[in-house]
Amino acid sequence: MSLSPVEGVALAEIESGGDAEAPERKGVVGRSPGQLAWARLRRDRTAMVSGGMLVLFMVLALAAPLIQMVYGIGPREQFQHLLDGFGMPLGYAGGVSGDHWFGLEPGLGRDIFIRLIYGLRTSLFIAFAAAVITATIGIVLGTLAGYLGGWLDAVINWITDLTLAMPFLVIALALTPTLVLRFYGEREAVSPAFGVGVLIAVFAIFGWTSTARLVRGQVIALREREFVEAARASGAGLGHMLFRQLLPNIWAPILVSFSLAVPQFITSEAALSFIGVGLSDETPSFGRMIYRSLDYLQTDPAYVFFPGVMIFALVFAFNLFGDALRDALDPKSSR
Amino acid sequence: MSPVEEAAARPVTETEPLLRVRGLTKHFPVRTGFRGRSLVRAVDGLDFDVRPGETLGLVGESGCGKTTTGRMLVRLLEPTVGTIEFDGRDITHAGRRELRPLRQDLQIIFQDPYASLNPRHTVGRIIAMPLQVNGIEPPGGVKARVQELLEIVGLNPEHYNRYPHEFSGGQRQRIGIARALALRPKLIVADEPVSALDVSIQAQVINLLRELQRDLGLAFVFIAHDLAVVRHFCQRVAVMYLGKIVEIGDRDDIYERPQHPYTRALLSAIPDVTRLGPGGRIRLAGDVPTPLDPPSGCRFRTRCWKAQDICAAEEPALVPRAGGGQATACHFPESGPVAAATGAPAVADDAGPVADDGTAGAGAADDGSGTTVEEVSK
Repeated sequence: MSLSPVEGVALAEIESGGDAEAPERKGVVGRSPGQLAWARLRRDRTAMVSGGMLVLFMVLALAAPLIQMVYGIGPREQFQHLLDGFGMPLGYAGGVSGDHWFGLEPGLGRDIFIRLIYGLRTSLFIAFAAAVITATIGIVLGTLAGYLGGWLDAVINWITDLTLAMPFLVIALALTPTLVLRFYGEREAVSPAFGVGVLIAVFAIFGWTSTARLVRGQVIALREREFVEAARASGAGLGHMLFRQLLPNIWAPILVSFSLAVPQFITSEAALSFIGVGLSDETPSFGRMIYRSLDYLQTDPAYVFFPGVMIFALVFAFNLFGDALRDALDPKSSR
Repeated sequence: MSPVEEAAARPVTETEPLLRVRGLTKHFPVRTGFRGRSLVRAVDGLDFDVRPGETLGLVGESGCGKTTTGRMLVRLLEPTVGTIEFDGRDITHAGRRELRPLRQDLQIIFQDPYASLNPRHTVGRIIAMPLQVNGIEPPGGVKARVQELLEIVGLNPEHYNRYPHEFSGGQRQRIGIARALALRPKLIVADEPVSALDVSIQAQVINLLRELQRDLGLAFVFIAHDLAVVRHFCQRVAVMYLGKIVEIGDRDDIYERPQHPYTRALLSAIPDVTRLGPGGRIRLAGDVPTPLDPPSGCRFRTRCWKAQDICAAEEPALVPRAGGGQATACHFPESGPVAAATGAPAVADDAGPVADDGTAGAGAADDGSGTTVEEVSK
C-alpha cells in the first residue's frame, strides 16, 4: 500500500510540526497511487518501447483509409497482370516492389501491405471489443458475487464453472455456422460485419470467466478491510461501496488482465479464422491470410512471412506492455 | 480525577444514558468436522450504559469479544440476541434507512490506521466521505469543513490533497479520527485506536481524543487491552472475559479496589518500573477456554484460584456488591484495595515522558484551561 512514502512522510512531518504555512502552499499536492504507477511506467524502457509499438499499430489501424489513399491501392484490388501463368507473383520475395511493398498474394494478386493494414484494423477492433465486453461482464459479476456473497455468489460461481467446462473450440465451431444459417440463407453472402459480430459474441461468452474470478477474489479480500467498514459505518449505500471504495482499488489487476486479454483475443481470432469459422475471405484478417498462405508455403514463403511477423510483433508488444503495466501497478509482485 | 472531568461527570449521572445495551449477544456459527455445527459465543449477554460525554473503557485479553462488541454497537455486525438503544431508540435491528440519522451520532475509529483509509482516495475525500454518503452540505462547503477537521485533529489543512501513503501511522490515525468526527457524532466507538501505534504516538493520539472529548462533549466506548491507556482515558471501565463483563465500575474503583479475581490478575500484570521482580504478580494458569464450549457457571472458574463448587454450578450475576457504581460477577468477590504496586504513579510514569513530543496535537493541549494528569507530568 505504502508505495514509496519516505519523502512524502518526511515532508508531511515537517509541515505538520512547523507553522510556516504560506511558502508551502503550492508544494502540498499529493501524488496518487496512479500517478506513482505512471511515473514507474515512464521509467521502464520495455514498457515505453512496447507501448510505442502499440500506439503505432493503433494509429496504422485507425488511419487505414488514409493509408489506402496515400498508398493508392485498395484491399480488394487485384493485380493479375503481375502474376505469372501459375498465379505466382512475378519478381523476388513474392513480388515485393516499389508499388507493392510487401508483394502480392498468389492466385488473386491482391496487395499484401494494404490487406495487412486492414487486417490489423479487424484484429484490433475484434480484440478490443471482445476485451471490453468480457471485462465489463467480469467486473459486474465479480463485484456482485464478491461483495454481496451468499446465494448470488454461489449462482455466479456455478455459472462461471459451467462456462469454463464448455469446450471453447467445439462450441465456436458449432455455433458460428448455426448462427450464420439462422440469419442468412444457404447461398446468401454473409456480411463482414455479421462475421465480426459473431466472433465478438463468441469471445464474450467464453472470455469473461477469468476477469470475474479475479475481481471476485479481490473484492472478497477488500470487503473486510477497515476502510470499507468505515464507509459502511457511515451509512454508505451499495453504489458508493462498489464504485467509490472497492473498484478504485482493483483497477490495477483489471487493467493488467485487460491488456493481457487483448493479445489472447488477437491470436484466437486468427486461429478461428484459420480453421474457417471466423471471418469470411472478404474481410481482411491475419488468420485468413495465414490460412491461405499455407498452400504456397514452399512456392511463395514471403506470403506467410509478412502476416506472420505482423501478428507476432503485435501480440509480443501487447504481452510485454501488459507485463510492464503489472510491474508498474504492483511493484511488490516482482523484483 | 481532574476538576474538568468531575465537572463533566457530575451532571451526566442523572441524565438518561446515551447508549443502553441489554443482553447483547453475538454467536458465530462455525462448521466443525464433517457435518457438525457449533457456535462461537463471542459475546454472551452484555449489559452496560454509556451516558453522554462519558468514556467507557472495554478491556480484556485478546479474543474476549471486545472488538465484536464494538462492531455490533455501530451495527457492522448484527447482534444475535439483545438490544442496543441509542438516544432512547432501539437500533438493534434497524435497517440502513432507519439508521441513517443515527449514523451521524454514532461513529467508529479503527485499530489499524494502515487498513482503515482507502489508499486510492485523497485525505480530503476520505474525511468528506461520511458527509458525502449522507448527503450533507455543511455551511461553507465540504472543503472548508474538511480543513477545519484536519485542523481539529492537528494536521495541516493544506494536506487536503494528499494520499494516505504519504502520512505516518500516527497521522493516519488522526485522519481516521477526523473522518469519525465529520458528522459531529455524540458517541464514538474507538476500537483499539492506539494499539497499532508506537508508544510516543499513542500518547499524542490519546491526548487528542481527550481534548476532543472535552471540547466536543463526546462519549466514547474505548476498546483496549492496554490497561495504562484505559486508566488514562476512561471514566468508567468494564472488564471482559470470554464474552462477558466480569466487572464494571468507575475507574478508580476498578483500578484501586478491584473485586473480581480476574481484574486483580489483569491489574497485577501491569509492568511497574518502581518495583523490579515478579512481586505481587498474580499468575493465571492455563489458557482462556474456547468460546465454542465455555465452562459452566462462572467462565473464569477454570483459572481462578478461589473457585469452588458453586462456581461451576451457578453463574454469578453482575451485581453491585459493596454499594456504589461498581458491579462484579463473582461469588467470592475480593475486597480492599490492591497493593501499592499498581498504584497511580506507575501509570503517570508510563504516560508522562512520552507526552512532551511537541507536535501539533499535543501542543494544542497547553491552552491553560484544565490540568489533567498527563499535562502536569509534561
